[in-house]
Amino acid sequence: MKRLLSLALSATMVISLFTGCTKQEQAPATSTSGDSDVIKIGVFEPLTGENGGGGLQELDGIKYANKMYPEVLGKKVELVVVDNKSDKGEATTAVTRLIEKEGVVAIIGSYGSGVSIAAGDIIKNAKIPAMGASCTNPMVTQGNDFYFRACFLDPFQGEVMANYAIQQGAKTAAVIMQNGDDYSVGLGNFFINSFKKLTGNDASVVDISEFQVNDTDFNAILTNIKAKNPDVIFAPSSATTAPLIIKQARALGITCPIMGGDTWENPAVVEVAGADAEGIVLSTFFDENDPATEEAKSFVEGYKKELAGKEPIIPAVAALGYDAYILMLDAIERAGSTDGVAIRDALNATKDFEGVTGVINFTPEGDADKNIAVIKTVKGGQFVYIDSVEVK
Amino acid sequence: MTLETFLQQLANGISLGSLYSLIAIGYTMVYGILRLINFAHGDIFMMAAYFMVFGMVNFSLPWYISIIIVLIATIALGVLLERVAYKPLRDAPRMSIMISAIGASFLLENLATYLFTGVPKGFPDITFLTNSVTIAGVSLSVATIITPVVTIVCLFLVLFITNKTKIGMAMRAVSKDFETARLMGIKINRVISTTFIIGSSLAAVGAVLWGSKYPSIIPLMGVMPGLKCFIAAVLGGIGNTTGAVLGGFILGMAEIMLVTFLPALTGYRDAIAFIILIVVLLVKPTGLLGEKVTDKV
Amino acid sequence: MMNKIENKNNKTKRYAANILLAAVFIVVITLIDQNLIGDQYIKRVLNLSAIYAIVAVSMNLVNGFTGLFSLGQAGFMAIGAYTVAVFTVPINYRASIFYIVPQNQVLAQIHLPFFIALILGGLAAALVALLIGIPVLRLKSDYLAIATLGFSEIIRIVFTNLKTITNGALGIKSIPGVSTWVIFIVAILSIVLIALLINSTYGRAFKAIREDEIAAEAMGINLFKHKVMSFAIGAFFAGIGGGLFAALLGTVDPKQFYFTMTYNFLLMIVLGGMGSITGTIISSFIVTFGLEFLRFFDEPLAMFGYNITFFRAGFRMVIFSILLMILVLFFRKGLLGQKELSWKLISNIFKGKNSNKKSNKGGAA
Repeated sequence: MKRLLSLALSATMVISLFTGCTKQEQAPATSTSGDSDVIKIGVFEPLTGENGGGGLQELDGIKYANKMYPEVLGKKVELVVVDNKSDKGEATTAVTRLIEKEGVVAIIGSYGSGVSIAAGDIIKNAKIPAMGASCTNPMVTQGNDFYFRACFLDPFQGEVMANYAIQQGAKTAAVIMQNGDDYSVGLGNFFINSFKKLTGNDASVVDISEFQVNDTDFNAILTNIKAKNPDVIFAPSSATTAPLIIKQARALGITCPIMGGDTWENPAVVEVAGADAEGIVLSTFFDENDPATEEAKSFVEGYKKELAGKEPIIPAVAALGYDAYILMLDAIERAGSTDGVAIRDALNATKDFEGVTGVINFTPEGDADKNIAVIKTVKGGQFVYIDSVEVK
Repeated sequence: MTLETFLQQLANGISLGSLYSLIAIGYTMVYGILRLINFAHGDIFMMAAYFMVFGMVNFSLPWYISIIIVLIATIALGVLLERVAYKPLRDAPRMSIMISAIGASFLLENLATYLFTGVPKGFPDITFLTNSVTIAGVSLSVATIITPVVTIVCLFLVLFITNKTKIGMAMRAVSKDFETARLMGIKINRVISTTFIIGSSLAAVGAVLWGSKYPSIIPLMGVMPGLKCFIAAVLGGIGNTTGAVLGGFILGMAEIMLVTFLPALTGYRDAIAFIILIVVLLVKPTGLLGEKVTDKV
Repeated sequence: MMNKIENKNNKTKRYAANILLAAVFIVVITLIDQNLIGDQYIKRVLNLSAIYAIVAVSMNLVNGFTGLFSLGQAGFMAIGAYTVAVFTVPINYRASIFYIVPQNQVLAQIHLPFFIALILGGLAAALVALLIGIPVLRLKSDYLAIATLGFSEIIRIVFTNLKTITNGALGIKSIPGVSTWVIFIVAILSIVLIALLINSTYGRAFKAIREDEIAAEAMGINLFKHKVMSFAIGAFFAGIGGGLFAALLGTVDPKQFYFTMTYNFLLMIVLGGMGSITGTIISSFIVTFGLEFLRFFDEPLAMFGYNITFFRAGFRMVIFSILLMILVLFFRKGLLGQKELSWKLISNIFKGKNSNKKSNKGGAA
């Protein structure tokens, strides 16, 4: 009897599998019948898993952009969202699905460089242009002429923070990195290199500590650092771990400035770290209180309304997601077609594009050529602008 | 290294260790009765933290009422888990029950991701717990001082229940010999439910203290503490409550001391727990305080 | 007499059916490989399923056939994957990949053909399994499970820290890909080898250990030798699977081999049946395809003008884990239990003859 039941179960699984299949095919079928009036853009983000939080925020920005600019070449733009679960294996099938099953003409994403790198070769071979919003690892666009991105890179960001720390009079620094996270390790190392170069002193980085993904206790690391008394602590990390580091450092009586990267500009950091978040320093892509362009002004106004108090500030990744979408739309418009190569060439020819995060041009590698980063701090529970640092 | 730094690290170790201990008691009790690694224990702990967030942030309840609600909800979840995932498999092979435990853990994690998303939630401030004091150059939050105390109190409570009460006697009987206990007229299901009630309430207390100390609440927060606390339970001798507390303290201290004395190896910190586990299993599989179990033919 | 003829007739029929099936299979794979049917998406999911099938079958060898509850498969896959990654990435790409900590001078000069790297990866995994197995396999059931899980995590943590070899957290990219044909041939070869092993004297010894260790020992089976052997061979094929996985994805990093990955394979062997190779193969495909098709649940769904709110990101995984629980609780034997899929089994099912009942009757008589 059990056997029969198990067969029945597997049969239902198989059936559900096919019904899932047919339903999915039905949906595109209706749109392909009206092929002439829909252009599909794939969105490839982690919505669950380790980076699920950031992925959702980026997606919100992209969706908002789609709401503002729902049409290109006189056709409606349809966003097809897939979840890559912050997992590379999943990412490759997800992106193949976008290209093959959904027939998207372009792809936006992903939060987290690892999954973007994994999808890179598939995107390249399929000749479908992709626009990363916030993936800052150099390897994403390296040797891939179909992958572009709207943000600056880790080496640049590391240099900016090192510059800023030194401008503020820091002579020594301690670095905390999340061992196992490409973003954190990459940014941390670029900071170390720049800091040593700028101070001309190899001993200026007094402590380099690493912690594991999912660690929550940093007391031991921070106690070591406290004993070395650095002028500044640089701790690039995810929005989940950042508040823990900040809170524990302050509880241990560490008073020096704590700095981080773009991932820190996340309402969750201030919410979780509370009063201890006051005075942290981070570099980011844009400042909602000082819109760089006209586009930025209308974005900040509109998106604030859209959020309706759901989040106290606009996450930088949402702004980048927005930029990634409008950059792609602009290129499709200029290419005048949905052909992958044409769009790529149009992207390459992008000139002084006014995005939310500044005026954007692309380097030959496909990276947004940005030489200004915004430095922010937290004051009264709000992220406030303190400086822009330009690096040549 | 200055004495101050060392004392600070010692305090760090005790505080982390006592948190591990608290959660490890739940593991060791369930294992003692059911001979089952309750893989979902870490996820029950995670859910308890979310319950606290909902109680205090979403419903703006004062902390003492929230804690009571969290206790009730967590106990309900623990008992439900036992009823749904473990009870139907009581006579099944050991492997099936373990797979069910893994499945339950997987389900709770996915459910939490689906319901609460991966964006970290801030654990509400219980002001008197998060205040910090400095004694002889050593900074401690009140939670850090209270945790070892709570752990010891909980240990004595559990020891009292298992040694001095009727249900405790039944628990010991069941853990010695399941079948005989059943024949002696002990209501096995009641005993098991009680075990899960105690284990889950400790997980809830652990979650409140953990959250006050590490206030970033995410769906996967229970995975690593879960594994490490299980290791602590094995280290102390699984099935032995005092052993679990001892194991938790040793594990917490070992992790902190690795970072203190061998800062170059901080990247290997998570490996320490597993290395301890394997060494213990090989050298003394019954753990520090465990009783010897012989195989029955 | 009649029975005999019928049997013979059936045998020829089955033989013919097998050949036909193999031929159809080869044609389909070739067509897919040449992109003549299906698309890249189907192809990728098929490739992934085939790779998962290798690892799941290798795990079933250890768990289902030898009765050792091991949860170390992700670690062994990592060893295979990294071996292929380190040795097959074109030499001129390497400097740009190891852009923070330069690669080990010696390794940076070594480039191996894919197949040699693949075998090497399998051997390395087997060697590590041997070293781990000698102490750990003395442990029983859940202790063994947690110890192997611990080792798989240790392997991952070591890979995260060996930056000059593995590039640490940054991972390695630009691993040359392989064709569908290669993946399927390696998969078939691996599974056939495991099947041959299981049907040999060694395999019978494995099963005897699974059924009753003490009885097996009394029969003169060297418990330890056979356990280590099963464990190491299982690790070898997990390493092979890992190597193919790296080549298919084109990139590796340590985070992929988090211990939860092993749970996927656990699901596959539970669904397919602990102790059934064909069951595991079928379930590998069902699970991999199922996960893809369940994506439907992640998308917002509007029905009769209403948005059904529970269709959103993450719902798919909830359904997936509920299915897993239902399976464990109510259908513990999975699809095939300890049986193998054969024409006989299929015809029995169609004739409504439940083989379970039959054997029960036989037992009663």
